[in-house]
Amino acid sequence: MRPFEAPALTPAFPEIFLGLVTLFLIILGVARKDEDSTTVTNFSIFALIAVAAVMFRFSHETFSTFNGMFVTDGFAVYMKILILLGSAVTIFMSARYVERQRMARFEYPVLILFSTLGMMLMTSANDLISLYMALELQSLPLYVLAAMRRDSVKSTEAGLKYFVLGALSSGMLLYGSSLIYGYTGATNFNDIAAALTTHEFLPVGVVTGMVLLLSGFAFKVAAVPFHMWTPDVYEGAPTSVTAFFAIVPKMASLALMVRVFMGPFEPMVDEWRQVVVLLAVASMALGGIAAIAQQNIKRMLAYSSIGHMGYALGGIAAASEPGIKAVIIYVTIYMMTSIGTFAIVLMMKQKDRMVENIRDLSGLASRQPMIALSMAIMMFSMAGIPPLAGFFSKLFIFQAAIDAGLYGLVFMGVITSVISAFYYLRIVKIMYFDAAPDEGIDPATDGRLNAVLAVSSVAVVLFIVIPVPILGAAGTAAATLFSR
Amino acid sequence: MWEIGITHFLVLSAMLFTLGVFGIFLNRRNVIVILMSIELILLSVTVNLVTFSAHLEDLAGQVFSMFILTVAAAEAAIGLAILVVFFRNKSSIAVEDISTLKG
Repeated sequence: MRPFEAPALTPAFPEIFLGLVTLFLIILGVARKDEDSTTVTNFSIFALIAVAAVMFRFSHETFSTFNGMFVTDGFAVYMKILILLGSAVTIFMSARYVERQRMARFEYPVLILFSTLGMMLMTSANDLISLYMALELQSLPLYVLAAMRRDSVKSTEAGLKYFVLGALSSGMLLYGSSLIYGYTGATNFNDIAAALTTHEFLPVGVVTGMVLLLSGFAFKVAAVPFHMWTPDVYEGAPTSVTAFFAIVPKMASLALMVRVFMGPFEPMVDEWRQVVVLLAVASMALGGIAAIAQQNIKRMLAYSSIGHMGYALGGIAAASEPGIKAVIIYVTIYMMTSIGTFAIVLMMKQKDRMVENIRDLSGLASRQPMIALSMAIMMFSMAGIPPLAGFFSKLFIFQAAIDAGLYGLVFMGVITSVISAFYYLRIVKIMYFDAAPDEGIDPATDGRLNAVLAVSSVAVVLFIVIPVPILGAAGTAAATLFSR
Repeated sequence: MWEIGITHFLVLSAMLFTLGVFGIFLNRRNVIVILMSIELILLSVTVNLVTFSAHLEDLAGQVFSMFILTVAAAEAAIGLAILVVFFRNKSSIAVEDISTLKG
């Protein structure tokens, strides 16, 4: 019997702090008699920003604790800052929307906080058990968030669909985990890596388990062919929740994929690379083609996000340090553009009623030139038009993929990028050249949305002038994964 | 003459898993059946883990299965709660009625 040793808590301090704050906020929300949720909302934004500020000063060295179940390194720190800021911004910009939609309950920010906590643990998971627990802590609040508008058929249906498919994906991931455990005899990532490097041959069981694990991840990032839930859930869920879905959980799932496939499964790169390439190419193609037919802007953005995840998976398929660096840059820029785009979707209302049709944007340029200009910047960036940030994110991915010899993937990437430019530019055309209807979009009066939109537009435009902070940070973050 | 070994357990678990997955996709009638299929999938994983754990003489698998049981309970609670709010809006839990959003 080993004597009990208390685990070192310092590497997990931000998570412990966030967990305690969230529990405190539940008590605060229940104890307050009035229906007002502003205190909890503001408190949760403050907590997220505070933890992000701590993360900025956090050590980039590799520490592991809780018997090797939890690891923190430069990569985890970078991704956690992104996740925390993304969550803080989505709560910040949805405040007015949730009031209008009569879903301003204190549970809303609390659920987002729990999900954020799960995502932080996902980026730090170093064991199949902690991976699964973190993933569930992230997913379960998301199911509830999708069904947050209890009186709406669409919202509850979205929640139900998301729940069923999410649970199925967790099941597949778990079955894969159990096979990996059985055939390597370990749940810890370091032990799995050791077992895989010493084997002369690869047992079929491990490969099967790895593919099942990968399909579970593909569900979470909504890669084709595991994307079916995305358009329905994006359309049905309340818009502020859709913004959260589109931005934050994707980054966490990609971070988890990077950690798993660059960590324990690094020796099996030839086996998993072909699967990831297939997922990437299929996602890029479907994201590019299926979005063309969409009339609902939330559905269109769902397909657009499927396409974007395809490009990000291309960086993972490169399985090299530049590839991971490109993935990190890609999700950073994807976050900036998505936040801006969803700020505009949250502004889309006519006579105080939310509208979601792309046609409703027509003539926006003559009524609200600044909003239309910001939307045009976001769309050009997503399409990858050169001076904007979106171009560079794709460029780094393609460079890394070419270095890894994935010419087919890059070829498909360029083609689908051109196809998808069609529907991004169609929005610009509708805003600038279509005749304005009698009733346009209401003037943007929500100061929070305007501020978020302004900041993200400036960030997207100025990326070419001052790219060094992001590029440098992404480079060091990627390097920590390869220095071991 | 009949020796129950690890293979039997693994085959049982694989069959349960397949049944669960088919239960989700081929079921056209009732959402409750889908929830039961999800439980079936999670239980098949538990069988798998306990089998491997006994075979490897390593406790991690059994610890893992305990965690799965806990999460399965939470998942069932959330699933049923979402199903109840859906039923309040739609007055039906038939699978073909979950079609307001066209995918």
